[in-house]
Amino acid sequence: MLNSLLVVALVAIIAWLGAAIGLGSLFGVVLPYVAIVVFLGGVVWRMVWWAKSPVPFAIPTTGGQEKSLDFIKQAQWDCPDTTLGVVKRMFLEVFLFRSLFRNVNAEIKQDDPVNGGPRLIYYSSKWLWVFALLFHYCFFIVFFRHFRFFVDPVPGCVSFMEMIDGFLQIGAPRFYLTGGLLLVAVLFLIGRRLVNPRVRYISLTQDYFPLFLILGIVVSGIAMRYFLKTDITQVKAFVMGLVHFNPISADGIDPIFFVHVCLVSTLLIYFPFSKLTHMAGIFFSPTRNLPCNTRRVRHVNPWNPPKDFLTYPEYEDLYREAMAGANLPLDKPLEAETKQKSGE
Amino acid sequence: MYNSKAVIAGIVAFLVICTSPFWANFGSGDYKKPEVVLPKKPECIESAEFMRAEHMQLLNEWRDQALRHDNRQYVSSTGKKWEISLQNTCMKCHNDYEQFCDKCHVTNNVDPYCWTCHILPKGSK
Repeated sequence: MLNSLLVVALVAIIAWLGAAIGLGSLFGVVLPYVAIVVFLGGVVWRMVWWAKSPVPFAIPTTGGQEKSLDFIKQAQWDCPDTTLGVVKRMFLEVFLFRSLFRNVNAEIKQDDPVNGGPRLIYYSSKWLWVFALLFHYCFFIVFFRHFRFFVDPVPGCVSFMEMIDGFLQIGAPRFYLTGGLLLVAVLFLIGRRLVNPRVRYISLTQDYFPLFLILGIVVSGIAMRYFLKTDITQVKAFVMGLVHFNPISADGIDPIFFVHVCLVSTLLIYFPFSKLTHMAGIFFSPTRNLPCNTRRVRHVNPWNPPKDFLTYPEYEDLYREAMAGANLPLDKPLEAETKQKSGE
Repeated sequence: MYNSKAVIAGIVAFLVICTSPFWANFGSGDYKKPEVVLPKKPECIESAEFMRAEHMQLLNEWRDQALRHDNRQYVSSTGKKWEISLQNTCMKCHNDYEQFCDKCHVTNNVDPYCWTCHILPKGSK
């Protein structure tokens, strides 16, 4: 946990020092280009890798009654048996995180009056679902709002989003709700790993690192917007230089900008090789993307060798004489065959 | 590759969305940093660097001082006294809204809500 915090801090400090000694173009131009190439190439490579991997068994998760006889009610949303149903379930999974909604917490209650002693209680736990939704949607809106630096003139949808996001009109520059909520959500997701002993036990560096990295991005972004300040007009000119493949000098931009950009680039580079690829991976999950029709449709393991079939007529041809000798019933009698042969 | 049609469609969609900032600017000319038309009077209440970074916060503070605390006097970092007033202090020199305020605000998509109370200066939309 501390390791990942240190690594993120180190990345930020290196970017700060680098920008301060005039290496702005390294952290502001070279690194983002490399990061974008690694990100795009890496994610496509992961997608092709997954698409090439055969699915040996039909393992869709079933959250209810599979389609059966007509008088048995099927759980349409949780146990879809058609492609359309799977698309619906996937849509709800991607946009509303339905499987997290089912999150259940197990706790041992001491001195339970029912048991007269300790008792294991399962209860529905929606906090993870709420904060996961909050985190992902706020992150998306924050990401989308950044398009005001990438496109000129700024599209109306971005302005609309900013208007909604800053509708409280707190302070100037206007406070964006999603920025604050994103910080709260990231802190919850980190706190959950630290406070809950069972989650803490299974948390590894690769769980903490992306959270601290995103925390670093959020904090540096908020610091840049509200406290440390940088010349935003110069920043837009700089970013537009990048998207036109015509980078301009990094002079006149505060180091905090390069800290922010460096942390985002680190995230992009880290993305395809970490658990963050669940963005693409969700679509390749056999537990989610297979229809629940295992009782009606045979799933053939694609890596099975081709089967050597022996149909019954072939079997009879092979053993006809022996079968006739043992007086077994034959579809095609022995005499017919011998007559045919002698006739020729 | 299994389900290659869907997978290739997905990869193409992913690439197109992720590279949208690049192709959205494709063909349009190079972006030019807006040049504001500076007023003739050389002295502002604070330094240009300070104003560039903090003017929005300062204006917000001025509003609170003038309207909520009834304090119309601002003492700058150099010790000079200024009247706290958008119309009478700021816009006396910065009188060209389109060539000054709007230049950066429009390109950076900043929508200040000064004009929900103040009258929008002439010659602007």
